[in-house]
Amino acid sequence: MKTILSYIRPKVPIMSVQLFIKFLGTVLELLLPWMLSTILDDFVPAGETSKIYLWGIMMIVCAALALASNVIANKMATSISKDITLRLRQDLFTKVTQLSASQEDFFTTPSLISRLTTDTYNVHQMIDRMQRLGIRAPILLLGGITITMFLEPVLTMVLVATLPLLACVVWFVSHYGIQLYTQAQAALDQLIRKAQESMTGIRVIQALSKVDYERNQFDTANRQVVVRERRASLLMNITNPVMNLLLNTGLTFVVIVGAFRVNQGITEPGTIIAFLSYFTIILNALMMVSRLFVMYSKGAASGRRIAQVLTAPAEMLQEKQLACDLTANPHIEFDHVSFSYTKVQETVSDIHFSLNQGETLGIIGPTGSGKSTILSLLLRFYDPDQGTIKINGQNLKAYSPDQLHQKFGVVFQNDFLYNDSIGENIRFGRPISQEEIEFASRIAQAGFIWEREDGFASEVASRGSNLSGGQKQRVLLARAMAGHPEILLLDDSSSALDYKTDADLRRALGTHFAHTTKIIISQRVSSIQNADKILVLENGSMVGYGTHDQLMDSCKSYQEIAQIQMGAVE
Amino acid sequence: MAKPKGILNTGGPSRAFERPSVPSTVILKRLWKYLSHEKWLLVLAIVLSVSANLLSLAGPKLSGYAIDAIKPGPGLVDFDTVFYYTKYMLIFYLCSAVLTYMLSSLMVQLSRNVIYRMRRDVYDHLTKLPVRFFDSRATGDILSVLSYDIDTINASLSNDLVQMFTSIITVTVSFGMMLSISPQLMVIFAFTIPFSILFTRYRSRKVRPLYRTRSQKLGALNAYAEEMTGGLKTIKAYNQESEFIHRFSERNFEACESNYRADCFASMTGPTVIFINNLSLALISMLGSLLYMTGSITLGNVSSFVLYSRKFSGPINEFANIISELQSALAAAERVFRLLDEPTESADAPDAITLDQVKGAVALKDVCFGYDNQVPVLRHFNLEAKPGQIVAIVGPTGAGKTTVINLLMRFYDPDSGCISIDGHDIAHVTRKSLRKCFSMVLQDTWLFSGTIFENLAYGKENVTREEVIQAAKAAKIHRYIQSLPNGYDTMLLDGGSSISKGQKQLLTIARAMLLDAPMLILDEATSNVDTQTERQIQEAMLKLMENRTCFVIAHRLSTIQNADQIIVLRNGAAAECGTHDQLMARQGYYSQLYRAQFDTADCDH
Repeated sequence: MKTILSYIRPKVPIMSVQLFIKFLGTVLELLLPWMLSTILDDFVPAGETSKIYLWGIMMIVCAALALASNVIANKMATSISKDITLRLRQDLFTKVTQLSASQEDFFTTPSLISRLTTDTYNVHQMIDRMQRLGIRAPILLLGGITITMFLEPVLTMVLVATLPLLACVVWFVSHYGIQLYTQAQAALDQLIRKAQESMTGIRVIQALSKVDYERNQFDTANRQVVVRERRASLLMNITNPVMNLLLNTGLTFVVIVGAFRVNQGITEPGTIIAFLSYFTIILNALMMVSRLFVMYSKGAASGRRIAQVLTAPAEMLQEKQLACDLTANPHIEFDHVSFSYTKVQETVSDIHFSLNQGETLGIIGPTGSGKSTILSLLLRFYDPDQGTIKINGQNLKAYSPDQLHQKFGVVFQNDFLYNDSIGENIRFGRPISQEEIEFASRIAQAGFIWEREDGFASEVASRGSNLSGGQKQRVLLARAMAGHPEILLLDDSSSALDYKTDADLRRALGTHFAHTTKIIISQRVSSIQNADKILVLENGSMVGYGTHDQLMDSCKSYQEIAQIQMGAVE
Repeated sequence: MAKPKGILNTGGPSRAFERPSVPSTVILKRLWKYLSHEKWLLVLAIVLSVSANLLSLAGPKLSGYAIDAIKPGPGLVDFDTVFYYTKYMLIFYLCSAVLTYMLSSLMVQLSRNVIYRMRRDVYDHLTKLPVRFFDSRATGDILSVLSYDIDTINASLSNDLVQMFTSIITVTVSFGMMLSISPQLMVIFAFTIPFSILFTRYRSRKVRPLYRTRSQKLGALNAYAEEMTGGLKTIKAYNQESEFIHRFSERNFEACESNYRADCFASMTGPTVIFINNLSLALISMLGSLLYMTGSITLGNVSSFVLYSRKFSGPINEFANIISELQSALAAAERVFRLLDEPTESADAPDAITLDQVKGAVALKDVCFGYDNQVPVLRHFNLEAKPGQIVAIVGPTGAGKTTVINLLMRFYDPDSGCISIDGHDIAHVTRKSLRKCFSMVLQDTWLFSGTIFENLAYGKENVTREEVIQAAKAAKIHRYIQSLPNGYDTMLLDGGSSISKGQKQLLTIARAMLLDAPMLILDEATSNVDTQTERQIQEAMLKLMENRTCFVIAHRLSTIQNADQIIVLRNGAAAECGTHDQLMARQGYYSQLYRAQFDTADCDH
């Protein structure tokens, strides 16, 4: 809650004004019954018609003032909670983009999404309602109790005696209720995941005629949600009837105790009647308080989830930069680097290579041999467990993220396209001119863009689902090249291109990106065979390193691959 | 209840969620359909609600009798009567509490049933929608219907319905009481009630579009957050955090702003209704005093009238809240129903036959097709495959290779032309039996959250563990699976995001190996599998292809050299067709493509 409070704090002055206005409005409302009783008790018996009119009109004025202040206060409350939510959600998203890759893995993407959406929404609801009801309910409650105190202190004590019992019930129910709601939420997450999977796999499901099976699966998840939500609601619903019962029992005892006191001549029956009407106000206020309690606990649970992300320590800190020539060769250097995701089994071990400006490194090796991990390390998504990675002789850790990431143009496997125009997907938010985008698209062999009716303005669907595999890769390649990066990283980024296009691409790359240092991961020997250096990976270790010709002589694995792929020619 | 389906379906598959609003009566009618399944629960709820409320309304009356027995002055109290009535008060309150709890439990039951049915219907409908729908719609938006919108309806059903009953009963009873006390004073309500009705109607008309915009903007924000969170690594690698944060902030601002606008307006309601009540209170005091002075009413009557008018106005205030919640529930229901009104895959033709004992002769004749009407993807495309033949389709990206597969499986239907299997036009074959004829491995692999075993055994019922292991061995993924902590029982989380694309492809190949469909589709099935592994699984692949009509799309031309027929697709039509040797001899586009494979164009000048 501390983190959430820090968002509320700057709003405290304006909130105090809002609460004060709300306070005024509520007090004005509390005045009305008193004015009514004055009319009935004082003016009517005296027959003062003009005063009846005067006070009647005053009542209307009070009511109008109460209306005005409540409307103003509510508007202010809405505006305040809007501002807080706006900032909170913004900061959360900012923080999410700054999480280190291992933190991202830890939170998992779906959970980050639900924190950004559902949880911020819950917190918003909480702040909003707290401001509106948070002052009204206590005033009605305390005001009601104070007035009854003046009327009859002993009878008030009977009422007040029920309060601890009520508190126990509210505490018990919300304590267990929150646990049950958490379980229900988990079941709902499961259901949503199921639905999401079915939607992405609709082709396979239909092809394998598994619709009924999927329906059953969904049904199980659906039932689970129903069962858990029901359990939670059944518990939460205890509050209202029990509170009513307790208060009404108190009321009955007020009548009995009152009867004794009237009998002793200490009090009047009229007082008991007045007492009972204030009772209703107190009861309603209590209901509001209990509702506030539920809302608070729900909001607080979400607040905690948000705070977990917001307070995640900054990882990947920048080390001190050494003064050295930032154009020095070797451009990229891996010095005996080992790394493991799980810290149990090494994913890559003892990777060692260096590249000069403008050189090309090809990486080839079986599925799962750690090729992509090398790129993740170079981008400093993770820090190596052993060894160092240097760019221009400077340790990677000494670069600020801005400095470092400016250098790269990257295409990952399964890279990310989003719902916007093709041009924007290539530009990717960078200040890049249309000419450069077109130039990069031409090199990326993305001629298909010009054939589209709207050209670069044509829309890409979410995850690029309206493009074919090859078209996606071309757009991604264009994105990587559009910034004229210092270093180009391509992770199996031409697997969906036919060989001819691939060859054209390589030719264009060689001509126009001669000074760019390139690392190319590929399954195809032809894609990397002319690289200055080729790294052959197997189970995370280097089993070969050298030029094509050297490897053809010395590396058995490489020979094998080459033979299968190019056998027909040689 | 025999209503024609799709009342809301105003013209074609236009974008859901952005169509003009639908009258609330139509939405309410459809909601009622869901409620009517629970008719008896509903009746029971009404009975419970009436009795619980009557019991609690009797409370004040009983306490009144008890107080009447308390005569002012020492020693005058009639304790017997006081105890008699207080005893009943306790009993009544206890019964009322029990009934209230029963009622709310009943409503929980009822609303969960409705929500369960609604979620099931939405999901069932999703499974019946054509692939085109999913290709063109953001998943996040649809998911928010399943979670957020249905939840809103749920909240409204379980709370608001009960509240409504309670309110109606309280209003009716207090109205009767007041009428019996003083018909003259009722004149005041003739003034204030129309006022509140007018206000409420004005309000609901104004607030619904605001709520709709709010849902829309919130949906857009959620979709954006979902999309971008999926691309964090790329955003980081390009150092574009600040740019995307900025874009997020625009959507965030819009969502907050539309929420503010809706809330602002909604937050006026409570105070306004309270004002109307206070107004009537002031008028009652004035008019009541005057009536008292003319002697036509007693002071006690004025005070009970005031008490009942409070009871009377309380629920009316509550009503305003209910209406504002109902408004958002209606907006949510509208979205749900719009999704339910999305046209489903057209039904199988009435004369559709079930394909059985398929030999595997496939023919496409003069097929034309485009995903949207302006851009044709296939133009007068022809293809003929004899049973057991391997047909390879090659061609540049976007030439329509995958489209052919989409048409074969009837994920889409051709605009013109005819596709037949064993001479049966597939337009007259049940989709289910048609799709059963194929097993397929696609470029975009799909795995679900479940164990590896479940994922592999997905296509075939009653498959033994032994068979699954055999398939995994043949697909050369067995060793990898065994190296995992739980072997075949390892859970794949998040659609298998933790394993590489190549491994995913091997898993889907193993899945296809377990099927025994007469035809096989391989769309870039091994594009991310390394060469050694590909060669190792080749034997298994050949066995898989044996005696089956196969459609193979591949860029590595070495994998398709021994195809019986290679079709070169360019600009949506078959440009060349023949065996590898024939095509090489032609010196056409294919031979160019083939040679490019060994073209060692370089990247380092």
